[in-house]
Amino acid sequence: MTALLQLTGTVIMPDTHALVNDFLNKLKKRKIEGSKATAKLTAELLRSVISQQRLPNTNQAGALIHAIKAIGEQLTAANHVEVAVGNIVRRVLHIIREEDVSLTTASIGGLSLQGLSDDEEDNPLVSAAVAAAAARTTLRPPSLQTLLEDMPSHSAAAAALHHSSSSAGDSEDKTKSTDKNSRSRKLKHNVIETVNELIQDIATCHEQIAEQAVEHIHHNEVILTLGSSGTVIEFLCAAKEKKRSFRVFVAEGAPRYQGHTLAKELVARGLQTTVITDSAVFAMISRVNMVIVGAHAVMANGGVIAPVGLNMVALAAQRHSVPFVVLAGIHKLCPLYPHNPEVLLNELKSPSELLDFGELSDCMDFGIGTGSPLLHVVNPAFDYVPPKLVSLFITDTGGHNPSYMYRLIADYYSADDLVLQQRPTS
Amino acid sequence: MDPRRAPRTVIDPKVRQVGFFAPPDRSQSVPLPQSSNSPSSTPLSDLSPSGNSLSPVMIPPPRHLSDLSSLPITAGLPPTRLSPPVHRFSGESVVPIGSYNPSEFASPSVGDLFEDKNARSPGPRRSRGGGGSAKIASSLPAGGFELPPEVKPKSLTTVSVFSNLRPNVTEKLVEKSIESQDGSGANSKQPLKEKTSKAERRALQEAQRAAKAAAKGGNGVANIKTGKSNSVQKKDNASVAAPSEKRLGDHKDKDRKKDVPHPRMQFDDATRVEKAKKRAIVKQTEVRNRVELFRHLPQYEHGTKLPHLEYNFFSLNSNSVHPSVYKVGLRYLAGDISGGNARCIAMLQAFQESIMEYSAPPERALNRDLTAKINSYISYLIECRPLSISMGNAIKFVKTRIANLPLTLSESEAKANLLSEINHFINEKIILADKVIVRHAVTKVRDGDVLLTYGSSSAVEMILLHAHELGKQFRVVIVDSRPKLEGRLLLRRLVAKGVSCTYVHINATSYIMHEVTRVFLGASSVLANGTVYSRVGTACVAMVANACGVPVIVCCEAYKFHERVQLDSICCNELGDPDAISKVHGQKEVNHLKDIADNENLQILNLTYDVTPSDYVSMIITDYGMIPPTSVPVIVRELRKEQIWSG
Repeated sequence: MTALLQLTGTVIMPDTHALVNDFLNKLKKRKIEGSKATAKLTAELLRSVISQQRLPNTNQAGALIHAIKAIGEQLTAANHVEVAVGNIVRRVLHIIREEDVSLTTASIGGLSLQGLSDDEEDNPLVSAAVAAAAARTTLRPPSLQTLLEDMPSHSAAAAALHHSSSSAGDSEDKTKSTDKNSRSRKLKHNVIETVNELIQDIATCHEQIAEQAVEHIHHNEVILTLGSSGTVIEFLCAAKEKKRSFRVFVAEGAPRYQGHTLAKELVARGLQTTVITDSAVFAMISRVNMVIVGAHAVMANGGVIAPVGLNMVALAAQRHSVPFVVLAGIHKLCPLYPHNPEVLLNELKSPSELLDFGELSDCMDFGIGTGSPLLHVVNPAFDYVPPKLVSLFITDTGGHNPSYMYRLIADYYSADDLVLQQRPTS
Repeated sequence: MDPRRAPRTVIDPKVRQVGFFAPPDRSQSVPLPQSSNSPSSTPLSDLSPSGNSLSPVMIPPPRHLSDLSSLPITAGLPPTRLSPPVHRFSGESVVPIGSYNPSEFASPSVGDLFEDKNARSPGPRRSRGGGGSAKIASSLPAGGFELPPEVKPKSLTTVSVFSNLRPNVTEKLVEKSIESQDGSGANSKQPLKEKTSKAERRALQEAQRAAKAAAKGGNGVANIKTGKSNSVQKKDNASVAAPSEKRLGDHKDKDRKKDVPHPRMQFDDATRVEKAKKRAIVKQTEVRNRVELFRHLPQYEHGTKLPHLEYNFFSLNSNSVHPSVYKVGLRYLAGDISGGNARCIAMLQAFQESIMEYSAPPERALNRDLTAKINSYISYLIECRPLSISMGNAIKFVKTRIANLPLTLSESEAKANLLSEINHFINEKIILADKVIVRHAVTKVRDGDVLLTYGSSSAVEMILLHAHELGKQFRVVIVDSRPKLEGRLLLRRLVAKGVSCTYVHINATSYIMHEVTRVFLGASSVLANGTVYSRVGTACVAMVANACGVPVIVCCEAYKFHERVQLDSICCNELGDPDAISKVHGQKEVNHLKDIADNENLQILNLTYDVTPSDYVSMIITDYGMIPPTSVPVIVRELRKEQIWSG
């Protein structure tokens, strides 16, 4: 087995190496801004990796998973802060697992009812559903939801699956022996297909979130936001396009001042916009109906890793009972729990954003003699907002409570992938 | 004076006792120059009757008997009676200038002072008695109120009257009873020093209150004229009326009424804004896009008028604004001076300079004219920048002192008196207070502490430096925010002194708060409901500290306390320059707002203050000691009392 793994490891290298390295560099140098772009690029990278991956004859899914995991480990190590990378890697791993299971079940089904494999091509929905069902049954005990879902429509499939899961081992060997080539191609093909869908989802998540805007913003509403987020812009503009007239307070979000860009955008769309300093958030929040912000990542407990300053806003909103709404594409959903998040999942940016380098040089000499410098400048990039301060998440799949996040995670990730850093060989 | 008294006597019959007092007043009132600013005549008119009622009731009976015996009693001759006090007066006018200080009341000289006052007071007070002269009365605050001292001379007159009317016995009884009540039975014959302190105090209190009210009245007038009522003096004319009416018995109620703060000028009131504009020296222009929620506050373009005003400095009209005041105003406008204490001291020193060079026009009383002058200075300063609450309190103090100047003092004496009073205020209420605060606060700094502070507060800076000098080992976290970035200045000063500092932006407060053990905050003012009115952002820091369970300690001198209450940061605030927000210091690439600044959809809000709810504050350190925010009203009350007594 180890020999095989090493083999596969070497197999990845030649074609995708350059791509991966390029992406790694970008991540390390923080060239990629925003979790959406990162997610999309990651997914595309993984897609090309998969497509160029040569698969062994046996245990193709395992090999693929291993290859992706290896890359994923590198990627996440390159930039711990961009949680979206890890999320996408896990999503892809999950997709591979599901496709594998669905293929297995399909082939079983193929044995029993011949035509199913053909249908799969035309009707990905069915295959996905079956795959999902398979994944659920094989990977974890069925939840109430799956049971309810499955019962009416897929009772037959579920029944078949029970068979298959019990006899998976021997049936697999049989099927492989029958048509190895077609299956290997099929697995890759299906995985890529689904990864494409994922990319599509990431690309359209803004629109999907924005579609819900009219359900949440009423006439004459006063909305506060801090900094800038593509999701928030789209959300507000969507509401504006639906002829809602409302007013937006934009806190500028120092030290990056993205609030200015947001304000510019909103003004251009004809929204009444008021720019305030971050320090005035508490003063103004009492006149605000709703806080709408973007997020960097949503953790499994419903907590949010958000641009710095949002914890303050959330506390102020809670004090005045103002709903604190977080917009987040599903790719921001991170299956990890934020244990001590301020330390682990934060990033300290350059002090030059706060103080110019030369600015205190005359005083700084003072500290040299003592060994430890007298002056520290702390410029964190993110804040952790605990779940109790969040009123609602709006994702591309609808609105959710913070307490529901764990369940969403179970839908999108498989438990085996939560830890990417496992490398059996080294 | 004498001729006038005769007419008074005519009036007397109506209200017997009143009549007696009234005559002397009028006599004096007439000579007084009519105040130029007498717009608010109506409320004042109310005063007069009340004043009358006051004097008769409380005053005279007790002392007279004794006086009567000594003095020739001639009921019909008020003039003669008056004269003796006056004489005394002039003789005693040499009284030490500083005598107004509360502490000095105990001293022997005090008694003399009172007498002086008494003698003096009748004049102005009487002016009120005449219905027509109501306005004057208002403008002459001091007069009305020095009633209590007057008592003696008046009492003489009244007594005589009484004696005529009634059997002496009854009078005596009355006197006795009154004496027993007041404990002020001692009369003029007795050395004044001997008088029970209560009586004295009461008299004094009355006088001062009256003076204060009058001063305020004057203020109100000025405000109306200028339309800038932002000033801290909130008492309106009605309130002026109140004090005059009060009798000893019910003065507390009146007090309460009077203390209701007077509404400030609301800038959404178009007519008043128009009026204000006409008088303005600094012709501010309105900002293009005003923030909807803050229409009630002035929203001016900043910095555009400065060069023009600087140019005008050399063509200053000598009547309008004193150059030193003008200079200070410009510095406010330019933002050179900021911070409650610094602004307050600068203003007081400018006032001192202007007082030094002031000379009253021959036909006007010094205190009236000076009050008017100060009022015009203040309205100029308000145009430059709305007053801080601390400045308001200081102004109140100065005006009270001016109003309370004994008329007997010569001009130079009066000026010297005022100057020393103002010095005293600066030293005691600001400088000394800070020292006391530092001494208290340092006890709250332990070794190994991480102290967080926001912006730049002079009191907090002193605390940190002092703690550092004491050799305490601690670290300071300085939280800063745009657009003023005052924390940088503090950072520079602390680092230069060798204090270990961490500098963060306000957004990172939640990040850094976990390592902080104490939060020290400065305040622009502490309001009576315990809320802290301070630099915008203070509330955020206090909130985060509260959420993280870190104690929040607010350091504020007691002279900044104010009886007003406020729940949000919107009703009363100050708006800064919007351009300061759209430009980001040191980051040229951030200028997205510049090209759309004229778009009507864009408003830029630069708030200056915010309000920290009292439940975020663990403790307030003031010169009175360390108190919980719930005890603020107690301090406010104490302050008021002190003000009334001493000022």
